[in-house]
Amino acid sequence: MSTARVLVGTRKGAFILTSDGKRERWNISGPHFAGWELYHLKGSPADPNRLYASQTSGWFGQIIQRSDDGGKTWHQPGTPLGEPTITPEGMPKGESNKFVYDTSSETGKSLTTHQWYDGTQHPWEFKRVWHLEPSLTDPDVVYAGVEDAAIFRSTDGGKSWHELAGLRGHGSGPQWSPGAGGMGLHTIIIDPTHHNRMFVAISAAGAFRTDDGGKTWRPINRGLHSLYIPNPTAEVGHCVHRIAMHPSRPRVLFMQKHWDVLRSDDAGDSWHEVSGNLPTDFGFPIDVHAHEPDTIYVVPIKSDSEHYPPEGKLRVYRSRTGGNEWEALTKGLPQRDCYVNVLRDAMAVDSLDPCGVYFGTTGGQVYGSANGGDSWAPIVRDLPAVLSVEVQTLP
Amino acid sequence: MIRVVLPAHLRTLARVDGEVQLQVDGPLTQRAVLDALEARYPMLRGTIRDHVTQRRRPFLRFFACQQDLSHELPDTPLPDAVATGGEPFLIVGAIAGG
Repeated sequence: MSTARVLVGTRKGAFILTSDGKRERWNISGPHFAGWELYHLKGSPADPNRLYASQTSGWFGQIIQRSDDGGKTWHQPGTPLGEPTITPEGMPKGESNKFVYDTSSETGKSLTTHQWYDGTQHPWEFKRVWHLEPSLTDPDVVYAGVEDAAIFRSTDGGKSWHELAGLRGHGSGPQWSPGAGGMGLHTIIIDPTHHNRMFVAISAAGAFRTDDGGKTWRPINRGLHSLYIPNPTAEVGHCVHRIAMHPSRPRVLFMQKHWDVLRSDDAGDSWHEVSGNLPTDFGFPIDVHAHEPDTIYVVPIKSDSEHYPPEGKLRVYRSRTGGNEWEALTKGLPQRDCYVNVLRDAMAVDSLDPCGVYFGTTGGQVYGSANGGDSWAPIVRDLPAVLSVEVQTLP
Repeated sequence: MIRVVLPAHLRTLARVDGEVQLQVDGPLTQRAVLDALEARYPMLRGTIRDHVTQRRRPFLRFFACQQDLSHELPDTPLPDAVATGGEPFLIVGAIAGG
């Protein structure tokens, strides 16, 4: 029988939740990396036992962790437990934590500045990895979206990282600025049908696309309208919170922006709003049903300064029409006195039938639905604040 | 052998219990201690000082012999008591909530 494995990153460690295909009874392991912020964990589609995790701390910086056995044991890539800590050449290992912007004249871009909160220019400074996106085909290839915004790639299972500097070097960097949580690159989507195409999103710069494997990038923000920036339709500067895609239809993208839910039918070349009847179109995550490419999910949040559900009612909204027409999903979710938030990387779907939907809250609950959102139940209630939720469907 | 005390999270990362003992050749300085520590425990590279600038991470402090050495230059000699192993070199996380 199939298994669902939910990878949860929190403010104080990682947790792994597993269940059989019924998704009624769950085993919870953790905390892994207790006391550290786990911004994101994700498994390789090519090898489900290969997991990557971003472990980070204001004190100690960035650590990349890897598991080769589905989360039972972990190590920093390149320094497995019990193996020599120097390379055969005599060099110390430990490059897996090293994220250095590529400023070389051969492959990189000079380190310019981006816009600071007060409008002045500020130098790029690496802070942490927000999102890890393993390759669809090679477990040793993985991308990292980082703060300050840039994308890195590892081709050796996370042992070493190299910036794809064409994104930061696009030229629009001086117009990028941090959102309230920092200037993070938080979304990486790999097109399963177009080998060299990827989409990324940055708060607050917008969405970008590469068609040449990451060498060059271009902003794809036409149709976005953001009242909080001087030019509401600027090429960059939009606070995109999340983008989602169904693998069967990679030219169709769905976006939750700072305000507005949008859709693109041309791989991001243009966007149109599909907020429709949502009670508020502010929010963070957005995701697509595993088997119905026009069924999408958002969690409306009251406003950009009131990061909790409207009226204290935690509601997931589902559209079965690719946007515009939305229904509230409330069964099993608290409908009074609920003031949690759901962060951008904290929603995921499994590929079981019926499709499972999961999300985590800043109040430490992880909710799951084994029927596409019709009803919900907490898998666990009292974790630290949840930063990210991913799910693997295992045979 | 010199003695180094790591904060709890770095002991976990390095998979050690208690103090770390290191052999350091040549003059004993902060840089020499950290070089030896990172060579022995490469998983700590970047967690105490920046990968590139080699500057102390801002929320960490260095102490020994009841002195705050956080703002000493990296090549300033450490107290003799550290060099002889009589006193440990302390790497301490700043108390900053969280």
